[in-house]
Amino acid sequence: MGLFILRRLGVMLLTAICLTFLVFFLTNLYPNLEKLAKTQGNFRMSDEAVASWLGDRGYVDNTFVKYGRWLGVAPGWVNEDEDGAVTGQCFAPDTPEDERRTFCGIIQGDWGYSLVFKDEVSNIVAIRLAATGKLMGFVLLVMVPLSLIVGVLAGMREGSGLDRSLSTFSIATTATPEYVSGVVFIALLASSKFGLSPLLADWGWIEGKTLFSGSATKAIEDATFANFTLPVLTIALYGMGYIARMTRASMTEVMTAQYIRTARLKGVSFGNIVMKHALRNALIAPFTVIMLQIPWLLNGVVIVETLFNYKGFGWLLVQAASNNDIELLLAVSVVSVVVVLITQLISDIGYVFLNPRIRIS
Amino acid sequence: MEPLTWTGGLGTVLDPILYAVMGVFIIAVLAQIVLSIISSGDRVVTNPDGTLSSAGGLYGMSSMATRWIGIALVGILLVYLVVGALGGTSTAGIVGGMSRQLLPVWIALILTYVLSIKFKRKLGLYGKLFDSTVGMIGFGLVMFWIFAGVMAGVFDLIITHDTLSQVSGMKNKLPGTPLFGAEEGEYDWYLLGGDNLARDVFSRLFKGAWVVVQIAPLATLFAFMVGITLGLPAGYYGGRLDTILSFLANLILAFPVILLFYLLVTPEIVATGIPNYMATVLFVFPLVFLGVLLNSRYYTQPSFRTPLLIVVLGIMGWIYLSLISSPGSKVSILPEFLDLFEIPAGILVVFVSVVFVNAPTVFRIVRGLALDIKTRDYVAAAQTRGEGPWYIMLWEILPNARGPLIVDFCLRIGYTTILLGTLGFFGLGLESESPDWGTTINTGRQLIRAYIHPLLPPALSLMTLVLGLNLLADGLREESLKD
Repeated sequence: MGLFILRRLGVMLLTAICLTFLVFFLTNLYPNLEKLAKTQGNFRMSDEAVASWLGDRGYVDNTFVKYGRWLGVAPGWVNEDEDGAVTGQCFAPDTPEDERRTFCGIIQGDWGYSLVFKDEVSNIVAIRLAATGKLMGFVLLVMVPLSLIVGVLAGMREGSGLDRSLSTFSIATTATPEYVSGVVFIALLASSKFGLSPLLADWGWIEGKTLFSGSATKAIEDATFANFTLPVLTIALYGMGYIARMTRASMTEVMTAQYIRTARLKGVSFGNIVMKHALRNALIAPFTVIMLQIPWLLNGVVIVETLFNYKGFGWLLVQAASNNDIELLLAVSVVSVVVVLITQLISDIGYVFLNPRIRIS
Repeated sequence: MEPLTWTGGLGTVLDPILYAVMGVFIIAVLAQIVLSIISSGDRVVTNPDGTLSSAGGLYGMSSMATRWIGIALVGILLVYLVVGALGGTSTAGIVGGMSRQLLPVWIALILTYVLSIKFKRKLGLYGKLFDSTVGMIGFGLVMFWIFAGVMAGVFDLIITHDTLSQVSGMKNKLPGTPLFGAEEGEYDWYLLGGDNLARDVFSRLFKGAWVVVQIAPLATLFAFMVGITLGLPAGYYGGRLDTILSFLANLILAFPVILLFYLLVTPEIVATGIPNYMATVLFVFPLVFLGVLLNSRYYTQPSFRTPLLIVVLGIMGWIYLSLISSPGSKVSILPEFLDLFEIPAGILVVFVSVVFVNAPTVFRIVRGLALDIKTRDYVAAAQTRGEGPWYIMLWEILPNARGPLIVDFCLRIGYTTILLGTLGFFGLGLESESPDWGTTINTGRQLIRAYIHPLLPPALSLMTLVLGLNLLADGLREESLKD
């Protein structure tokens, strides 16, 4: 087991390096750098000015060297202009010579500086990640129990009316991407002109103009039922259908197993069969699915945060990507790749622990 | 002219009935759900597969009631469509007008169903689809959008107005508004209203369907070609090839899709020509696939094989070259007079990124299937006969993996549709005036609190199409498992 985890960690590291290099390569292509120079300097720069602006900041060096600098295995660029003023990647312009650092990359804990947000990348990412962590926490809290209940209820009596209605419901949710359900929710529940809210306001059942708020900007500091329900529901709904269907499949399989038949013949009541005999075995497969679903939620998070204007990690990704904020974008991709790989690892390990029939030698 | 109501004169009679039946239906479904938990029927029935289940009693009654009320509900909805198709806007309002415009689609659908059901025993898996209600509903939804997309896109049949022309005075007008200053021969209404640039929402919806119906299946097909051509040898040979290919596939899969889109689709990256180079690599796979497929089958008859390959690969190669080369971009191999068709740069980029994202998943599925099937006896028999590895992969393993692959193909078209919508939602790739659903949702959401009518039709259409594909896949899976 230890060797298995160690090997997986090695593959993870390799994957992370390959992927960040890919992002690095794409963001450092010359047209991107040119745009960067023009937005940071000024828009009317001539081609020579752009080239020298980039040259002074070490942008035109070999991609591998630049990538090494970002990692912290190659020395950062140092530049001396005609007046003898020394600028460098790893120190402020007025640092005395013996205090200048040579390496500054993520190995040294230096994630770089965001040119758009004018702040340390590590700070920005930490704040936004916390905001998205809150969103994801609520999503998982809603999604996992609901989908397990739907799946178990549908799977315990295959082919019954309950099964058919719940299965239709879960297929419908998998067919409704976040940008559709989010839009429909806003139209129905968070608009002062359409849907339920005007009716409820007329009857005096709600205090404000709308039942829910269509914007979750304030939810970062102060999440309330009104401003956080719709984003959470939108993400949870899309992810739910898949888990529910997997749970249903697993539950129907367990319900036809021999030991369930034995229990039935012994005269155990149906409720007891489901709760005590079937449930535990039926929940092994959904566990893997839930873990693997988390990276997919990231997609939903980006859409929902854009739609509801919730300034979290997904919003940050969109900002970094559309402004070609290289170091921020790299940090964002490192975080998301690590999330994907760790959830894969946990799902593998968890599967081994939950299912005694599988042993990794 | 008066603005149209949703259901017109027909609605005054039929609407109350519809609401009543709908209410009863919801109550019946809820009753059935509750009863299925608390009680079971009072007699025991033996199912064909030997299991026992209960029937009759309160639960049996409720499920019977649900079925009949459901049929009544569908019947009433059909009355709206039929009367609307016959009478148009004057008798059945907006619904009628839409149903009238969609008349060619209804005819095509009815023809498809009548012919398919009549000959279903001779049609293999496709015919068996018509044994499953779920499959039939899904197939209907999918075919509706395919017919609508083709008829609107190719024959200009359904649409009422030009999708780009703006009519002054029609900005953000509600559904059913008469066209301001309509001239002779012009359609009199904006059936689903006007969007924020005063364009007809109804026409854009169906023109958008054409974009989706074109790109999604084709992109999925290309992803399948790539996945199959790489997945079969990975699963069949195993070893180092498998390790490397699997690592690459996992690499792409570990990448957040949206980040990848942002990195590939921005104008700066497009200017470097990377999407063009990727297209050059990805689009070569169908060629390789077809070449190997035919060669492995006919290489024992060179007199037949050689001309066949020359013709097939020649035509495919020409299409391939016209597909990837476009004057002015980085890949411009073919002179202009030989270039068969021109793909707009935006669409090519979207196409490439969607194929790129989908191919690794297909690869993993095909690899898994190949790993499983290569242990079968008929593969051992083919090996003993001395067949070449590619013959075994493409003519022994692949046909036997078709069931899961067809099901996954349907699901994946749905997923690709969602991805396309995501791209449009972030305003990536396609131009901002493109009528496709994702882009329309993106432009509509700026005014979401004031006007929802430009936004809801594309959102619901996307949902129905993907739902149809999911149901179709479910039906196919059910039917293919039966034999």
